[in-house]
Amino acid sequence: MSATDFGILSFGAYVPRARLQRKAIAAANSWFAPGLRGLAKGERATCNWDEDSITLAVEAARDCLVGFDRDALAQLVLASTTLPFDDRCNAGVVANALQLKSALRTLDATGSLRAGSTALAAALDGGGYGQTLVVAADARKSKAGSVQEMHYGDGGAALLLGQGQPIARLIGTHSETVDFVHQYRMHDKAHDYAWEERWVRDEGYLKIVPRAVAALLERCAVDPATIAHFCMPGTLSRIGAAVAKRIGLPDDAVRDNLAAVCGDTGAAHPLLMLAAALEVAKPGERILVAAFGEGCDALLFEVTPAIAGTVQRRGVKGALAARREDGNYMRYLSFNKLIDLERGMRAEPDKPTQMTVLYRNRDMIQGLVGGKCRRCGTVQYPRQRYCVNPECNALDSQDDYAFAERHGKILSYTADALTYSPDPPTYFGMVQFDGGGRMLMDFSEIEAGKIDVGLPVRMVYRIKDADAMRGFVRYFWKATPA
Amino acid sequence: MASGIKDKVVILGMGCSKFGERWDCNAQDLMVEAFEEALADAGIERKQIEAAWLGTAIEEQHLGKSAVPLAMTLRLPYIPVTRVENYCATGTEALRGAVYAVASGAADIALALGVEKLKDTGYGGLPQRGRGALNDLFWPNLSAPGSFAQLASAYAAKHGADKGDLKRAMAHISVKSHANAGKNPKAHLRNAITMDDVMNASMIAEPLGLYDCCGVSDGSACAIVTTPDIARGLGKKDLVAVKALQVAVSNGEEVQYDQWDGSYFATTRIAAARAYAEAGIKNPRDQVSLVDVHDCFSVTELVTMEDLQLSAEGSAIRDVLDGFFDADGPVPCQIDGGLKCFGHPIGASGLRMVYEMYLQLSGRAGARQRAAPTWGVTHNLGGFPSQNVAAIAVLGSYGA
Repeated sequence: MSATDFGILSFGAYVPRARLQRKAIAAANSWFAPGLRGLAKGERATCNWDEDSITLAVEAARDCLVGFDRDALAQLVLASTTLPFDDRCNAGVVANALQLKSALRTLDATGSLRAGSTALAAALDGGGYGQTLVVAADARKSKAGSVQEMHYGDGGAALLLGQGQPIARLIGTHSETVDFVHQYRMHDKAHDYAWEERWVRDEGYLKIVPRAVAALLERCAVDPATIAHFCMPGTLSRIGAAVAKRIGLPDDAVRDNLAAVCGDTGAAHPLLMLAAALEVAKPGERILVAAFGEGCDALLFEVTPAIAGTVQRRGVKGALAARREDGNYMRYLSFNKLIDLERGMRAEPDKPTQMTVLYRNRDMIQGLVGGKCRRCGTVQYPRQRYCVNPECNALDSQDDYAFAERHGKILSYTADALTYSPDPPTYFGMVQFDGGGRMLMDFSEIEAGKIDVGLPVRMVYRIKDADAMRGFVRYFWKATPA
Repeated sequence: MASGIKDKVVILGMGCSKFGERWDCNAQDLMVEAFEEALADAGIERKQIEAAWLGTAIEEQHLGKSAVPLAMTLRLPYIPVTRVENYCATGTEALRGAVYAVASGAADIALALGVEKLKDTGYGGLPQRGRGALNDLFWPNLSAPGSFAQLASAYAAKHGADKGDLKRAMAHISVKSHANAGKNPKAHLRNAITMDDVMNASMIAEPLGLYDCCGVSDGSACAIVTTPDIARGLGKKDLVAVKALQVAVSNGEEVQYDQWDGSYFATTRIAAARAYAEAGIKNPRDQVSLVDVHDCFSVTELVTMEDLQLSAEGSAIRDVLDGFFDADGPVPCQIDGGLKCFGHPIGASGLRMVYEMYLQLSGRAGARQRAAPTWGVTHNLGGFPSQNVAAIAVLGSYGA
């Protein structure tokens, strides 16, 4: 391995803390769809009201970039089938949250469950452009009482590609494009429409995936028996094993598709499974990723000795471990706009966002950037023209000071049941940052009775407000238990 | 060094509407109700008023912008009229405008009127509204009780106070204010309540329950001020004078600088020190006869007792539970019921506090009259604990 090999430099993952219990879905719906009882095992990750594909992507990217210089990034690709904006670069929102430099190429990849795997393959094959962050995230929507509601999950994964000391090198990729419509969703529809599973298995997975993998392995002259990790998403029963057998992969290479603990995260899932494989893979092992959806992407990697030096991160294991069991199906319906709750008059006020204001203050708002006074050293937020230190009050004396990756402690708090929130009560309070600076800010993921003065917190990127009248979502940072 | 306002301006007359859910009234009707009483009390005609200030905060709910609604409603004869707004300290700001006009010699007689018509919102509590284009992008999603509840967590942490003791002291404050309002026919909430009522009430913003929150009311209060000489010339005796009028406004240190601990009002401490110096009060705990503070929430009143130097730091819980601030205690607080029970029509509240001090110092407070009061202090606060406006007035007998 040369010192400047190209490959996967890092990986990261994020799964929302809320895990909807499938038995709660079945309990609510089996009067109509008794077949759901057979699927009522385990749990699926589901977004909080203030999470969407963009916030999932930001968290996965932050996890991936721990220990890496963000200024080295030349390209960011965001893959998802559930991007909040049809016209506004969603990857650009992620880039601003990550405070990436403006000399950056961004691209939204969408339109298929293969958006993530195709974006990854394209970035790997076109590796000359510079360091690339491929992030995939999906906040999946489904009808109440549907099989998809059982199978789907929300989550994100990120892979950093570039020259350096890769933890895995690409051996090769192969893509097949076949207009095999196992499910679809047109632009103006909220939910997917799916065809019969038996046809999808027999004519789809069992024919298209083996074709793609065989082409790849043949071209790379790799014996299928040497594959240690086979990452193939799929919600059909035991589909991974069936495909592996057809290809000739070892039985024990088939990796868990996380159905029991997370659900299928759509365009993110091939990357999430790859990240989970990288967490346990040993140097020299080969990882095969196969992503199905109107064709198939097949990617083959070899793990390098650098895997041993991977920095500490939350990763897939950590994200899955940071869980909160949720048996409240009604709340899930409300968060996913599947039920029209009476929200009260306090929910009525208009919440416009002035684009001029947002743009002028984009680093402060989207990046949580404050200031540090060059004269007195005081760290402060927001960065106003005059320093806040009464002994200083210097004009224009502050350098940018980023708070997003800093931890703090709660100085004061409350659980506010009066103000409107999609998930009352609203927790907020003053955070005193380690190293200076403070903010009165919203909290997220606080559990009743588990908050007090002194509680350590970290920052997470979340939805601040939704403007239903103009169809806009704005984001900001919130404090969550560290 | 400025000479201050002490004894330069006296109250010629005051009025205050009945506070409460005034379903039958527009804001204009409330203004007339307060003004008629003040005008009769002053014994003058409206054409003698040379300048006026209107204090109103959430104008989009009732009057709309500017001072024009005051001039039109009271048919003021083309005099200078100014509208002021400074969060919930708006009422004291209106008074400050009128008092300074008289003190400067720009006007012989000036009017301050505060009004708010809050019960056209459609729901309980203050109206939910925007807080400015940039603020809305990063301020937390807070209600008024949520922002003031922060005090309780920080106060308990700072003083190592038992949260149960704190909650009981807060409850005592509300029970006391309900009892006081029972003797005030103009008060909004006049029913007696028990400690159990408060302790068991539904939670609004932890640890503030329903009874830890003040009434949201319709109402208006009005003052007509002049110089001591003119008042005497009009035949007035036993004049009540403005002894001090001080405002301190947060400059961002509490919310942005790492010194403030979240358990008190930095502004109140500064404004109080200035006001006591201006009035010549050396030892507030021993000298102040009565105090009406901005008890928007029970915990606000509790920490304010320390900020006004009426309780030593960390001892407000004990003083409250000992009855130090009860109607029959050494320094009665909210003898008229306070914001809690007299009610809180925002723009009127600062003037309503002064109205009570005026009545008490004139010996006209009826069933709630304290014997021979000398110093009356009002504390009117607007905003949030972390950034606010503290306005303090000291009233006393002219020349005393």
